[in-house]
Order: sequence, then structure tokens, then C-alpha cells
Amino acid sequence: MRLKELVKKIRSKNAGPFLLTIDIFCSNRKTFETIIQKITKIEISRLYKIPKKQIEIFPIKDLFIVKITIPRPNIQGSSKDRDLHGASFGIILEELKIK
Amino acid sequence: MNIKVLVPTGALGITYCKKALDRGLKEKPDIIVVDGGSTDSGPAYLGKGKSKYSRSSTKSEWKTLMVAREKLKIPLLIGSAGTCGTDKTVDWFLEITKELAKELNQNIKITLLKCSQSKKNINKAFLNKNLSPLNNAPKISSKKIINCTNIVGLAGVEQITEAINTKADIIICGRSTDASLIASLPIMKGVDEAIAWHAGKIGECGAFCTTNPRSGVILISFQKNGFFIKPVSNNTKVTPYTVSAHMVYENSNPFTLIEPGGHLDVKNAIYEKQKDGSVYVTGANWVKDNNYKIKLEGTYVEGYQSISIVLIRDETYVTSIKKWSKQVENKVKKIVESSLSLKKKNYKIQFRFVGKNATLGSLERKTVEPNEIGVLVVVTAKKQYECEEISKILNPLLLHHSLFKKTELPTFSFPLSPPSFNIGKKYAFCLNHVISVKNPMDIFKLEKYSI
Repeated sequence: MRLKELVKKIRSKNAGPFLLTIDIFCSNRKTFETIIQKITKIEISRLYKIPKKQIEIFPIKDLFIVKITIPRPNIQGSSKDRDLHGASFGIILEELKIK
Repeated sequence: MNIKVLVPTGALGITYCKKALDRGLKEKPDIIVVDGGSTDSGPAYLGKGKSKYSRSSTKSEWKTLMVAREKLKIPLLIGSAGTCGTDKTVDWFLEITKELAKELNQNIKITLLKCSQSKKNINKAFLNKNLSPLNNAPKISSKKIINCTNIVGLAGVEQITEAINTKADIIICGRSTDASLIASLPIMKGVDEAIAWHAGKIGECGAFCTTNPRSGVILISFQKNGFFIKPVSNNTKVTPYTVSAHMVYENSNPFTLIEPGGHLDVKNAIYEKQKDGSVYVTGANWVKDNNYKIKLEGTYVEGYQSISIVLIRDETYVTSIKKWSKQVENKVKKIVESSLSLKKKNYKIQFRFVGKNATLGSLERKTVEPNEIGVLVVVTAKKQYECEEISKILNPLLLHHSLFKKTELPTFSFPLSPPSFNIGKKYAFCLNHVISVKNPMDIFKLEKYSI
């Protein structure tokens, strides 16, 4: 199964020009707990090619949301950047196969 | 105590529901507050000191708000005027307001809060170790600061309060934090700081904290130790979930919001559904910073750019697109070196394969063979002339480069004429720093006008 089939929504946004924030919205506690278990800093580091120590993961237990904040792979709107609004970075997680 | 703040939309320029606005006005708000900007649309606006939204749509949306203000005789406040909130865009916004005042036959007092920073002062602060980097800030130097095209400081409650205190009818603020626009008047009237800041963050995008973000308008009612968020539009609701989930929106930390003068902690906040359909919020904590700091945003010119777009539909080339583009790149580089005498380190050519991995680049994990690929070629160099020359050297290769030595030359599809375009200056963000100031108004200016 791919992650997008398990959760309600995944949203990727800029948090200012230098950070990217990805929110995983779960429908229930069980899914929320699965996400916390599977989406680790090691996994994010592998998918986004970012050192583990620069990754922050916030489980928000009252809302069943998991927030992941990482440095932008390229500064927003710089000549190397491909996605001004950081809109599509969540798709990497959406298409992740999980067991 | 009951202070009411009406927020017509998340950003002036993206339209809002006029019927919902009328319904909101019937609730007799004490102020109308609207945000006019953000860095989210990229560095070009701050770079140039220009607005993202069209002048005509800005004027038409502002007109409705000016009419509403005149009817209720309450202040109308805009923050981050003209997207980037430089002095230039604040003046642009003032010009629109003056035109409208004349057209509407209104006699008004206007106060401007100017937020542009002198490079000299910011460099002095840097040399005096008065600037500190925020999370993931790029390295800066005196040279970088002096080379900035624009620097703005983000105003907070203290500066906006000074502006509101001038008793103006309309307050046009340069770059300001989103939350401070909503938080200022309630704090002036004695609402607890944590409550006001919390409401500021929840209401910053208008109806984004409701079940229907498109409905635009929201009304926030303040008591001393709590606030109500009320749906104004007919087709939307607020729930403890929609309200509290907005803390997560475009915020790097869902529990903390760093603002001028301190930070907001919402870990113990309580969101309660009310019988009238509103949500009542209490319990946040405001932690005052003894060292008053202002966030800075700055842009510099990274270079110039030109782009070309060519469409590849031939299966053989679609499957070998990387090899093909590498060959084109190598050929171009040789010609550029010999005919333009430009060294490789002084320019960059990027090939982005639209339909394959243009969005995610090296992070793309999917491998599906597309029907066609749009090749977007981005040239960056120190001068526009160089970009244009390189693009013109590229052109015949993008049109005809063959992977095979002995076949007839292929021809690829250009969707536009001319096939390449000069983008002009390529701006980039270079500051993610805070400056310490003794007095909050030290680096901001007020200007007053009567029309």
C-alpha cells in the first residue's frame, strides 16, 4: 500500500524561504501511530537526502497530524529551486510504499 | 469587554465574498484587518519592490473595504502592502488609496508604517554583532548586505500599535508579521497578549481556519482571556479541529510561533465548540523576550536568466533524453568557451525535463516512460547579454541535435516564437536573521497624510 491510500491528506508548504514543512493528516489514532512508527528521521533523511540532525518531526496527538520540518533542498526561488511554493515535496511521501 | 476584528480574506488581491463581508459588517467590528503580502510567492517581488497582484484587482478589492470603513467609521488596516512591504510598495498602495478617496469623495486620514531598512544600518548592526541567524539561515557578509536590492524589517504589535494610535482612518503597513495585524488592536484594548497573538495566527489566512477556505471572511471576538472564531459565510463552519489545525499551517513548529518581542506557546490551548456555532479558544501562553528582536528579509541579484522550451515527442529521444541533453550541453559549452570567451564557472545551464522529473529533480523516485518531454533549459549568467548569447548558441542544437552520426538531422518542436526569452534579473533571498533593537520603533517610520 502507498502512504496516500492510508492517510487523509499530505500537505507540503514553505515555512518561510528556508524551511519546508510537510503535514500528514491521519483519520484516526491507529493510522497516526502507524505513521509515527514508519515515518522516522532515518526514512525522511533517505527520501529527501537531508542529514538526520536537520530534520524535526512533531506528532500532534490531539489532531492526528504528523508534521515534518526540513531545510529546503534549495532556497525558495533561488536558481536551483524547482518548486517556488514547495507544493510537491509531499508527493514523495504520498507515493512511498509501506508494509 | 468585547473587541471584534473582521478579516475579509487571507490576502488582498485574491478576491473574497462580498455577501459574507456584508454579513460580517452587521456584527459591528471594531477594525477591518487584511494582509497584503508574504514571501511565499518568491524573491522577485521583494527583489524588485513590486506587488504580485494586479493593480486593478487590488484597487477594486480595496475600494469595497474603503466603502465599508466609511460606513462604520472604524479603522481599516493592511499589512505587508504590495506583497513585499517595501517603502516603494507602501507608496504604491498609498497612491491607490488616494485615487479611491477622490473617486469615493472621502475625507480620510492615512498613516503609513514604513519598514524598509538602510543597507548601511543593517551592515553596521552586522559588524557590531547585532544580527543573529535564525534556523537554517544562509551565511552573510558585509558584501552580501550591501549588495541587497531591498531589505525589510517585519513589524509587530508594538509598531502597528504606534500606527493605530495616530487615529488614522486607514493604516497602510509595510512588511509585518501576519499575526500582529490581528493582535494589535485587541492588545491595545487590554486583551491578554497570548490570546491576541493566538487569534492572530489562527485568523491570518481568513477562512482557512474554517471548513470552507474559499469563503474568505471571518470574525474574531475577543474577551480578556479568550477569543471566539465565528463563521461569517453561510456555507462554512468552524470546529475545534479546523481552528486548532491552522496552527500547523505554513508554520515550522506547530506549538510555537516566534514573533517580535517574544513567542507564543499553544501547547496547553483549549478549543471549545459553542452553541452558536463558534469556537472559543483559551489557554495559550506568551513568553516575552527581554531582548527585542526584529526579523529581516533581504534579496540580492544572483545573476540574469534566459529560458528556452523545446518539446520532444520522438520515442527514441524521449527514452534517451538525459544522454541527448548532456551531448547538447557539452557542445554548447565548447562553443561558448571559444566564441564568447566565457569560462564554465561563470554561467550555468540547467535542463529540466517536464513530464519526467522537472518538479522533484534528483528526489524523483517514479520511473514511468512519458509520451513526450518538455525540455525547459534555464541559463543563468552574470549578464543578460551572456544569457541571450548562450540561448542563441543553444537554439540550433535544441532544434536539430542528433544522437546518431549517420542519419538525417532530426527536428524538434518549439511551442513558441521567439523560442527563448530573457527573464531579466534573477533575485534570491539572502537574509534569515533578526536584529536586536532597544526601542521597537528604532528601525521603523510613520508618515501621516490627510486627504
